[in-house]
Amino acid sequence: MTSNNSHFVAPVDETPLLATDAVKTDHAPLSLWSDAWRKLRRRPLFIISALLILALVVVALFPGLFSSVPPNDACELGNSEGGPTAGHPFGFTFQGCDIYSRVIHGTQASLSVGILSVLCVLIIGVTFGAVAGYYGGWVDSVLARLGDIFFALPLVLGALVITQLPFFRENKSVWTVVFVISLLAWPQMARITRGAVIEVRNADFVTAAQALGVSKFRALLRHVLPNALAPIIVLATLELGVFIVAEATLSFLGIGLPQSIMSWGNDIAGAQASIRTHPQIMLYPAAALSITVLSFIMLGDAVRDALDPKSRQR
Amino acid sequence: MRFTRTSKALGIVAITALALTGCGAGGGSTDGSSNAAGDPNKVITAYSNEPQNPLLPANTNEVYGGRVVNLLFEGLRSYDANGKAVNALADSIESSDAQNWTIKVKQGQKFTNGEAITAKTFVDSWNFAANSKNLQNNGFFFESIAGYEDVSAVTTSKSADGKTTSTPAPKADTMSGLKATDDSTITVKLAQPEADWSLRLGYSAFYPLPAAALADPKTYGENPVGNGPYKFDKQGSWVHDQSITLVKNPDYNGTRAAKNGGVTFKFYTDPGPAYTDLQSDNLDVTDVLPSNALKTYVNDFPDRNATKAVATDSTLNIPGYNPNFQGEAGKLRRQALSYAINREEIAKVVFNGTRTPAKAFAPPVIDGFKEGIKGSEVLTFDAAKAKDLWAQANKIQPYDDSKPLQIASNTDGGNKEWIDAVANGFKNNLGIQAEIQPFAKFAEVLNLRKTQQLPGLTRAGWQGDYPSLYNFLGPVWATGASSNYEKYSNPEFDKLLKEGLAAKSTDEANAKFNQAQEILFQDLPGLPLWDQARAIVWSNNVVKAETGWNGEILYYGITAK
Amino acid sequence: MLRFILRRLLQVIPVFLGTTLLVYYMVFALPGDPIAALFGDRQPPQAVIDTLRSQYHLDEPFWVQYGLFLKNLFTFNLGNDFTGQPIAASLARVFPVTAMLAIEALAIQAIFGVAFGVFAGLRRGGWFDSTVLVASLVVIAVPTFVLGFVFQLVFGVQLGWAKPTVGATANWGTLLLPAVVLGLVSFAYVLRLTRASVSENMNADYVRTATAKGLSRPRVVMGHILRNSLIPVVTYLGANLGALMGGAIVTEGIFNVPGVGNKLYQAVLRSEGPTIVSIVSVLVLVFVVANLLVDLLYAWLDPRIRYDQ
Repeated sequence: MTSNNSHFVAPVDETPLLATDAVKTDHAPLSLWSDAWRKLRRRPLFIISALLILALVVVALFPGLFSSVPPNDACELGNSEGGPTAGHPFGFTFQGCDIYSRVIHGTQASLSVGILSVLCVLIIGVTFGAVAGYYGGWVDSVLARLGDIFFALPLVLGALVITQLPFFRENKSVWTVVFVISLLAWPQMARITRGAVIEVRNADFVTAAQALGVSKFRALLRHVLPNALAPIIVLATLELGVFIVAEATLSFLGIGLPQSIMSWGNDIAGAQASIRTHPQIMLYPAAALSITVLSFIMLGDAVRDALDPKSRQR
Repeated sequence: MRFTRTSKALGIVAITALALTGCGAGGGSTDGSSNAAGDPNKVITAYSNEPQNPLLPANTNEVYGGRVVNLLFEGLRSYDANGKAVNALADSIESSDAQNWTIKVKQGQKFTNGEAITAKTFVDSWNFAANSKNLQNNGFFFESIAGYEDVSAVTTSKSADGKTTSTPAPKADTMSGLKATDDSTITVKLAQPEADWSLRLGYSAFYPLPAAALADPKTYGENPVGNGPYKFDKQGSWVHDQSITLVKNPDYNGTRAAKNGGVTFKFYTDPGPAYTDLQSDNLDVTDVLPSNALKTYVNDFPDRNATKAVATDSTLNIPGYNPNFQGEAGKLRRQALSYAINREEIAKVVFNGTRTPAKAFAPPVIDGFKEGIKGSEVLTFDAAKAKDLWAQANKIQPYDDSKPLQIASNTDGGNKEWIDAVANGFKNNLGIQAEIQPFAKFAEVLNLRKTQQLPGLTRAGWQGDYPSLYNFLGPVWATGASSNYEKYSNPEFDKLLKEGLAAKSTDEANAKFNQAQEILFQDLPGLPLWDQARAIVWSNNVVKAETGWNGEILYYGITAK
Repeated sequence: MLRFILRRLLQVIPVFLGTTLLVYYMVFALPGDPIAALFGDRQPPQAVIDTLRSQYHLDEPFWVQYGLFLKNLFTFNLGNDFTGQPIAASLARVFPVTAMLAIEALAIQAIFGVAFGVFAGLRRGGWFDSTVLVASLVVIAVPTFVLGFVFQLVFGVQLGWAKPTVGATANWGTLLLPAVVLGLVSFAYVLRLTRASVSENMNADYVRTATAKGLSRPRVVMGHILRNSLIPVVTYLGANLGALMGGAIVTEGIFNVPGVGNKLYQAVLRSEGPTIVSIVSVLVLVFVVANLLVDLLYAWLDPRIRYDQ
């Protein structure tokens, strides 16, 4: 009986650490994303921006709820550049259309152009950029040079040519604008992603992950990309606004959305006619645009924080 | 090389301009009269853009080259500020039958290189311009002269894919109807009588050219030598994409003598920056205002602006191949569209008075213009009548509204605003969908007009080449005419035009032309919209500026303070 | 390293062929007859148009046109534009102007963007950060054609601080105002990229180590945080240099800058293939060199990045 007593380590069942060390086997391990989501839910920045974006989406889907004035069919030149009156809180455009109603009804097209273009650019740009930066070598060369080809394409030339092609000319819509913008803007995103991925791919945790037997592709998805997201999110949120404004520039050049589709861009371009006499006409669509960009920038900030434990605000 | 040298030279001009700004501001704009005599040796700066062709008069058919050529040359006649043709290098121009003309040329005139100008100079210049192998853009201005067909002949070949190509193949070097009988006499035989033929002799295509121009047009066009109130400062005065500098020609003794030391045309690709330059006295005069300044220029330039009606009109053309506008229903619809345009309001709100509602198919400044031509009541705004006519048309044949009615236009040059307004008028008064069909390039619209592919209406404008009623009707609406892109054709209209041309007197001719307009008002191949006025503004550095009949600034009459 | 650079320079060839082919084809595909379009409403005799068409080989099939362009390029003869002016001469006029403008704009956005971005990133959520956020929003929400116009009116006309337009007097001074407008748009990007990077790197281990070592705050910021934060910024600036060299069409238009953008826009409006492709050919070189410099900078900024993988 004594031989057993030479063993002086405390019995296992007395260890208080047991509770903390235990793994709840009935729960899946918290992934990067679900971890981020748990953090996000509690952030005021995220809640505010999410509510703002929700409001924008509601306005975009149901403009009729917010404005009873028909936006495009009651433009009286007699009201040109008129100030606010009862029922027309923002006044009238150069053509005598109700500004408030146009801003409300323009939300749909503008939001669609912004979000869809950013999504397209993200899908193409991040895929190409990540693969090029991560694998390097000839893959990088081919993809990066492909980007260069589109980069060297002057925007106005590309936009002019594409919109003048018979198919696009007959079917001008939000999609044609999205197509033009995405086609010409993805190399920028690819370039930034590639840079960020190159920066991360040699980090210790990536090497560690690969040493632990994580496949190369899985390491890219699980470890490299999430840590390269910061510049991608910054670019994407800013580009959302820039793309909505780009639609204005295209309209300004006569190759944007048709007149029958209302958009903030169309309105900003149209307000150019009044800029010397009534600059406030441009203010309303520009303000709507700013609020949209602001909400997405805040959302981007919150998401990035949640994904990156290092940069959490103290 | 050229870049650095010229930028220095222009830098000096700019410094001078800055120095002048100080004077101008000190002097104020109210006591301009005390300074009215001005300084005849100062160089003024003016808005312009890069000319598209070498500066040969017979090759220049756009405004920016045209204004330079008009200052470098003097023709047989010139147009005064009201568009009246007066003799310049011609002592007399006579004809008893409107077909055989005798022109007496003033003696002792010289180009700035010393070369004498005689009757032969004109004959050579005109034969050069008309000759198809010289590829002059304005060659067709000589089409009335007997023998033009031979000189301008081309051969047309058809390639395998059906494209036709014309190649110059002149059958003669000189027009049979054009002769210099001695140093001072030109005789011209026209193919048929034309009462207003002599009116066009002031147009740039008819300017005399020195021998060097005929020998090597391309080199000459870079550094032209003329006989007008101005001449090139030196070789290379034309700095491409930047400016052209002209100086006074001291030997000029015509009616357009320069009241300043010279004119520097600064090139702008957009009128906006030029307007801003004027506001800060970095530019002296512009004749193109950005569209968003139409409401502010009178306040921005009090006592320094002028607006004058010019011989330019605008129409909204309705292609005959559009099924909605064919037959009896189409006729009613064309009238309805015309009644649905509130020309008065658009002229006031959009153009702020720089356009006046059209009264006919030609502007009022043209000799022979007549108001109240039969049928011209369609030019008044009448919403009820428009609606009524539209409804009547729909009873005959329903309107195909599967696509909105589009109005094609290039969007540069401030066209979008008024087209939106016209489209809104159609929407509000006719209950149809209407919108602008925007194009970034003018070329695009033109191409689709030529190939008859525009689905809807199209904007069109016409600036008179020379002040004649025929010039606003023939080239635009006659069957097969050069600018009749919608291919309107009415034999009765053609017949009246022909009769007018053959008339013995201008009055008789104009009566026929106005009769021809009655047919246009019946058919309405296009809706006359408005006639343009040219608004110009000038800086504190100059006393005053004026425009001529066609809206071109009379640069020679501007005096610097 | 030398091998890396050489290989990259060799890659210019396919990019060059790809871009010129694409651009040439796009111009070729533009509907309409560019020669007829030169003349506007008043058309010259058909023989004039047809002769010019054959002079510029516009009646040839696409591959012949493109082949002729390449052939001319290798004999250093860019030919004439549709107004009869030699293209090489106009390129020599416009590129120096745009290069000045681009360098000035790039300097403005790099210096102010990075400086503001670092401050904003170090004090995230502070008043400076918030002010800068709002300011950059204004810059983004207002299109260049408005921003340029307002700057021109305020600084050029009302205050008289600068010449409102550039015109023939293009130099560092007159180009400053357009450069500011041009720089402002990308300034927002540079600022936010820097800010994001800085705030991410602020809590990195090597920063704690450096601080623990007793390094002064400025040295930590400049030597460690900033240097490690610059990769996305440098990438963006490199890409942007190319975009700026392509000419800012709107800005150059507003300030009447006789640069690449204006030339290119006019050429596009005229469907002037030879001019457009010649400009783009130069741009391709600029892009490739700018990218190469960026990639070389990566290795300098972060020694862990190696070439020749």
